[in-house]
Amino acid sequence: MTNTLSFGRAFRLTLLSLGALIFLAPYIFMISTAGKAQSEIFTSSLSLIPTQFFYLENFAKAFGRVSMGQLLWNGVVVCGLIFIFQVVIAIPCAYAMAKLKFGAARLLMALVMLGLLVPIHATSLPLYVAFDSAALLNSYTALVAPFSISVFAIFLFLQFFRAMPDDLIHAARLDGMSELGIVMRVIVPNAWPAITAFAIFSVVAHWNDLYWPLIVVSNQAYATPPLGLLFFRAAEAGDDYGALMAATLIITLPLVAAFLLAQKRFVEGITMTGLKG
Amino acid sequence: MSALSITNVTKSFGDNHILKGISLEAEAGEFIALVGPSGCGKSTLLRIVAGLEGADSGEIVAGGRDLTRLVAAERNVAMVFQSYALYPHLTASQNIAVPLAMRNLTSMQRLPMIGSLLPGQKAIRKDIMRQVTDMARSLKIDHLLDRKPGQMSGGQRQRVALARAMVRQPGLFLMDEPLSNLDANLRVHARGEIVDLHRRAGVPTLYVTHDQAEALSMADRVAVMMSGSLLQLAAPEVIYDDPAHIEVAKFVGQPRINTIASRVDADGAVTLGTWRLQPHDTLAPGSDITVAIRSEFLSIADMGTPGLPAHIERLEFLGSEVIVYTKLDAIGESMVVKLAPSDARGLVAGKPVTIVPQGERLMVFGADGARLRADLTFTTLLERAHG
Repeated sequence: MTNTLSFGRAFRLTLLSLGALIFLAPYIFMISTAGKAQSEIFTSSLSLIPTQFFYLENFAKAFGRVSMGQLLWNGVVVCGLIFIFQVVIAIPCAYAMAKLKFGAARLLMALVMLGLLVPIHATSLPLYVAFDSAALLNSYTALVAPFSISVFAIFLFLQFFRAMPDDLIHAARLDGMSELGIVMRVIVPNAWPAITAFAIFSVVAHWNDLYWPLIVVSNQAYATPPLGLLFFRAAEAGDDYGALMAATLIITLPLVAAFLLAQKRFVEGITMTGLKG
Repeated sequence: MSALSITNVTKSFGDNHILKGISLEAEAGEFIALVGPSGCGKSTLLRIVAGLEGADSGEIVAGGRDLTRLVAAERNVAMVFQSYALYPHLTASQNIAVPLAMRNLTSMQRLPMIGSLLPGQKAIRKDIMRQVTDMARSLKIDHLLDRKPGQMSGGQRQRVALARAMVRQPGLFLMDEPLSNLDANLRVHARGEIVDLHRRAGVPTLYVTHDQAEALSMADRVAVMMSGSLLQLAAPEVIYDDPAHIEVAKFVGQPRINTIASRVDADGAVTLGTWRLQPHDTLAPGSDITVAIRSEFLSIADMGTPGLPAHIERLEFLGSEVIVYTKLDAIGESMVVKLAPSDARGLVAGKPVTIVPQGERLMVFGADGARLRADLTFTTLLERAHG
């Protein structure tokens, strides 16, 4: 009994470790390359550990040639604004659709589903033209506005709010709360698992997004981190892969650090443990 | 003037008529239990009174105020929910304080940070905390005030929910099966507590339950509802002893009342198996009726005594009483007899016996289920119908 169990356990662990290794391999290789000298990168032999540690030089180059701080700051501003707008708009919307009875509820639901089906790539051209004629290209507005209403967020919160007991909202109404008060005082404090889960999706997606910034931003001052990398590669680094990998490492670091710090909450959010008691 | 009057309230969802014109009045400080099987509309009626659902037509007046068109928050009504509906993210004391904070503080004063800078806010908060502590002490939950609902047992949550509802002295108190999530022991104990609380607060109360024993034991008056209609509203003793409708008689009382379907003979008498019974008043010959009698008004005698011959099928010993399940020989109907244990000595399954009803306890219901005041009496028992 114990034997088979420990065998199964070992098997599972091996399989998981192998999977983790495959997924981590590019990242590990990136870390390795960021520490190599130009000459070592282009040798035919492949070693994981750099023969000479060039980290300092590569990081210095990465920081020196583009304003890394500006890139990261843009990333934080854009992702932060997008996330805040999405939550502020989606939560009252999802609450109304989940818990209030009104005539157009079914129609709205159909529109949300429709919105889920249309990707940003389909609407990017008209949006670009619109931002262009509004003279809003190269601005935070152009980066943030198209994503401020997230049907995905509405859908996610809708499912979560539906599971909240009606009695809780009835009790709040009898206690004298307005509908907005219910959202602020009852729904939001109990929706943290859903909000965290959505935060992961939203921040990761928009931090890593290259497509939309590439369309509306040509000025480096408004570049988000992935776009900044592109500028860096094209204009400055050329084929200096060591410095490029160092820059990549820098812009992926905030997400990795955030995940490691809040790992427990993130996993909780994804599994959506829901409301207890 | 009555403290609460509900006039002709109707509600339907599509073709489904949930409430078919309910009217009832409650006196000041009265405790009324709304009882009925699930789906009878009692909870819907309670929600309409609370303002959580709108009625299709009808009027609700409480304390001289017309509530019909007011939203829930303006009705000054408190409610205890079956699930308690405590705010999971707040501690017990914060839960109890919510209705007070919503009423006594302005929306500016309730804001975090900014609110605490406004004048007068501190004094009000202090007063709220005093009321919360007083309320908690009177419900013996003052040691739980710092716990969140997830850290409390069902009974403790139920008390916190009661405290939250009572703390602001509402004009009307509504309870939606507040005891049904408690275990049996606690439930009986909590019944007494709620009645006690109600006496002290003196607020008119509507109490919804599907448990007839709960309704009879707690309420000043019991309203029995069936499929959207109010069948009878009366004191518990009247509901039990003098039901106005066969469904009321069947719903109330444990074990269930014995019923025998029968038809009035051409001469106006009623044949019950081998026995013919004479009604006080005349019944229309040929009409279908149901004769009913409660199990405790039947007794069991030896074979040969005048009465209804039957066989014992099963006995249930319940300590203070014995429930005897029998089958009448003549018509095969089941009869349940409740006896004191001393009277049940010597009874075994399969034994042929005679069932003797107390004649004045027989009740007659018409084909539509309404009570016919022509109750049969056993004292006018005629001879055996056959031989």
